[in-house]
Amino acid sequence: MPFISNTVDQQKQMLSEIGLSMEDLFSDIPPDLMGRPLEIPAGLSEMEIHRRFSALSKKNATDLTCFLGGGIYDHFCPSAVGAILSRSEFYTAYTPYQPEVSQGTLQAIYEYQSMICRLTEMEVSNASLYDGGTALYEAMMMALRITRKNKIILDSSVNPIYRKTIHSYTQNLKIALDETECVNALANRSEILNQLDKSTAAVIVQNPNFFGCIDDLTDIADAAHANGALLIVSSYPMSLGILKTPGAMGADIVTGEGQSLGIPLSFGGPYLGFMATRKKYVRKMPGRVVGRTTDCNGKDGFVMTLQAREQHIRRAKATSNICSNEALCALAASIYLSLLGKEGFKRTAQMCAQKANYAFKRLTAIEGVTSHFRQKWFFNEFVLDLPKDARDVVANLIEKGFSAGFPLSRYYEGMENSILIAVTEKRTKQEIGMLAECLEAAL
Amino acid sequence: MIPQELRYLESHEWAKLDGGSGIVTVGLSDYAIEQLGDIVFLELPAVGDKVVKGSEFCTIESVKAASDLYAPVSGEIAEVNDELPENLDLFKTGAYEDAWIARIKADDIAELETLMNAEDYENLLKE
Amino acid sequence: MKLIFEKSVSGRKGVMPGKSDIKESIKLDSNLLRDNDAELCELSELDVVRHFTELSKRNFGVDDNFYPLGSCTMKYNPKVAERVASYDGFANLHPLLPQLRGGGMLTQGALEVLYEMDMLLREITAMAAYTLQPLAGAHGELTGIMIMAAYHKDRGNDKTTILIPDSAHGTNPSSAAIAGYKVETVPSKDGVMDIDALRSMVNDETAGLMLTCPNTLGIFNPHIKEICDIIHDVDGLTYYDGANLNAIVGKAKPGDFGFDILHLNLHKTFATPHGGGGPGAGPVGVVKRLEQYLPISVVVKREDGTYAVEYDRPKSIGYIAPFYGNFGVILRAYAYILMLGREGLERVAENAVINANYIKEKLKDYYDLPYPGICKHECVFSASRQAKNGVHAIDIAKALIDRGYHPPTIYFPTIVQEAIMIEPTETESKETIDGFIAAMIDIAKQAETDPESFKDLPKTTPVGRLDETKAAKQLDLAY
Repeated sequence: MPFISNTVDQQKQMLSEIGLSMEDLFSDIPPDLMGRPLEIPAGLSEMEIHRRFSALSKKNATDLTCFLGGGIYDHFCPSAVGAILSRSEFYTAYTPYQPEVSQGTLQAIYEYQSMICRLTEMEVSNASLYDGGTALYEAMMMALRITRKNKIILDSSVNPIYRKTIHSYTQNLKIALDETECVNALANRSEILNQLDKSTAAVIVQNPNFFGCIDDLTDIADAAHANGALLIVSSYPMSLGILKTPGAMGADIVTGEGQSLGIPLSFGGPYLGFMATRKKYVRKMPGRVVGRTTDCNGKDGFVMTLQAREQHIRRAKATSNICSNEALCALAASIYLSLLGKEGFKRTAQMCAQKANYAFKRLTAIEGVTSHFRQKWFFNEFVLDLPKDARDVVANLIEKGFSAGFPLSRYYEGMENSILIAVTEKRTKQEIGMLAECLEAAL
Repeated sequence: MIPQELRYLESHEWAKLDGGSGIVTVGLSDYAIEQLGDIVFLELPAVGDKVVKGSEFCTIESVKAASDLYAPVSGEIAEVNDELPENLDLFKTGAYEDAWIARIKADDIAELETLMNAEDYENLLKE
Repeated sequence: MKLIFEKSVSGRKGVMPGKSDIKESIKLDSNLLRDNDAELCELSELDVVRHFTELSKRNFGVDDNFYPLGSCTMKYNPKVAERVASYDGFANLHPLLPQLRGGGMLTQGALEVLYEMDMLLREITAMAAYTLQPLAGAHGELTGIMIMAAYHKDRGNDKTTILIPDSAHGTNPSSAAIAGYKVETVPSKDGVMDIDALRSMVNDETAGLMLTCPNTLGIFNPHIKEICDIIHDVDGLTYYDGANLNAIVGKAKPGDFGFDILHLNLHKTFATPHGGGGPGAGPVGVVKRLEQYLPISVVVKREDGTYAVEYDRPKSIGYIAPFYGNFGVILRAYAYILMLGREGLERVAENAVINANYIKEKLKDYYDLPYPGICKHECVFSASRQAKNGVHAIDIAKALIDRGYHPPTIYFPTIVQEAIMIEPTETESKETIDGFIAAMIDIAKQAETDPESFKDLPKTTPVGRLDETKAAKQLDLAY
């Protein structure tokens, strides 16, 4: 039998040594609850598994030239990331409950926390959360705990799937969720400032926002703080290679999707939710945290700390129900950031912005293609307005070998002709040129 | 060793009425401090917070546990011991003196009468 | 060892993106740019590979040796699952493709995996429908409780309370509380939830019950059906925490016990790697009448045999995660189930239970066994006897480390003093287990003859016991 080491003889021997039969071992389960047949196919050999999964994988189109983003991006990942991740000392370990035999995982998480702080210019980071969407929800809950208020202002330039997720989680809670309608692809400043009052726990914005636009949110942070509210910023870590950081803008909690840091697209997960905050809020932060301390001989070492806030101790009063973190994905991000390093990471971010800028010019040069947002500033993603329904154009371009972008009408009313296009460092001048030609032909 | 003049809660807080001012000082008993082990953090309530008798008003954390402290009387937080979170060793040296946590302006000081006296509390600890 | 930042050498380069084939430079308003470069390290690829390889040597995984961490089901993670997950057609597939017109046809292989996994899990657990979206067990719990809330709302029920036994995992009360419910704790009697206490606590406000079965003591509750009936009598729902499914998988199906909602931990029962603390996956199964509340989206099979993602679900609790779950984890678990097949899966619980009972019987003379009956996939000892000599559960754990084993779970469940919770899983051999038993007996003897010797264990690890008080008091969370 695959993966069961004991032979049938050994099983019998073990049972006889302890004087029990197999029936005895399951005698505690009422007989009427047991023994229904399991109607699943007979097992496959490893060779058959390869054949089966190879066939399945080929039914997925991964040969399209990718201009699809929307929060998940097709970045390049150096080979060394996968090589290190495949060390089973990392991936077959579990939560570092026994720090003496888990210093590898623990130090890696401490380094990850440090890198997240350096990217965002925040003071503390946790050991990671599930993904960017649930991390934003956790940030909102954290703000409610910190401020003990119940009003949240959420701008519609925040990733619409994240907003939907927040709606699901809050439908049974006593939270006043005020959504502001973004203006010209930027957070609706005047409405946010108008809504902000003493009952506000937090303002939630995104930078670059879902349309790819960049903003300086410092004034919103100041206004939030003047009302005793927090500023929560959902962020795209690759952009932090060059962009002004949420920390510098005065954000109180920063979250984001870490997929761009060396984690494969993998059809939606596993990904990496990151969260960073100010030191004064650390005890209200959900999730695991690793701290540096010393051992009995005075040597530096690492442990999970602040565990008293977590579910296994605090149970119904925990800061969150989260138990695991995305440790292996956080490790991937650490390796990725270390490999690229200070210079490589900055240059990669620059290249994303530069190529996107080129693509924007090239595509808006096509007759009939405009950008009604008149987006002045974007990072690596932008909105184009086409002379016809973007869904049809995207479907047409799939046939030409492109996932050309994301039609915005799915989440934004009145944007039938708008498409969101992402450009990463992987796209070449030639690919952008081909896209332009095919797009022109499709209009 | 339990101070005889104080009142106690089953959750190990002590309460003391300060003369005729209607102000009740709250702290944590020696026994509770010993049970908690190394205290690493104390989150004080804010002055002006309204508290309700028997409901939680602040949190104390050791390495292995986080516990809520419960208000002995209803009222408003009048003062908190700002020095305490900075110097948690005070819990060890003066549970009933320097390690006071907060002072509550009680709505009704008669509520104190419903709490355990030292003798009852001592019996509780013996159980 | 040094931190990666301490190894940095100014000017040293790692992996560069190369030269751009586009000449124009970007012009962004300086207000929008960061003042200083992010202070990442400056190292060569070799430096980075050496650093992380050195870190990996300071870790302990299932591939190293026996890892009997109770309640975590640390079974062997088949290598074939890692390999198929890395196939280009899976690893490089963008999750938004199915949301494009005609895009569903570009992801048929992935959708088939999700659909077929759903079908397999239905059969294994006797549930009517699944969502594979929850990203971990605790996330599954929260999803399940939200489904419970949607059901009661739909029925016009005014329910406020969820009942949870005292032996439960901490995530249960935490998930219920975060979903907005009041939590009441049901006491245990003879190692299982006290059914009389439950009866006295159930009333019209009872929204539901969350239960692990077998529970965290490894004991199967013989009254399970009756318990479900008690909850159903007040129109409450029963939630099965599938953390311990490995004890019964292939032998019995939770849906047959009367459970309405359950979550599974694919990283436990279905052998996906634990990754040093994640990622996991926590699919949630429900009975027919709750199917309408499952989160958006659901993968369906159309009449023409193609697969599609369904988003239009008016009674759904909505989005609980952006996409379709931790696809990479689901894929690995799917490969594992296909490989075991019917016969293989039927042997899983049997062998997990033989191994656990074998350990229990062989060690019961050396350690206190608070609940001496038959156990399922794990057994819980108490180090109370050793603690009288000053040797506590944690000291025994450290002594095991020096003997080359990962320690069991200690101090949980909290209803057992000095708990030592051992879960061997079905993948371990008699030889391995005999070695572990010998080590545990040796440690028990040492605890009698030389209790002082435990104080400075472990001695074979890169660091000794760490100062957790200092870690919590003088927070150092980033370099």
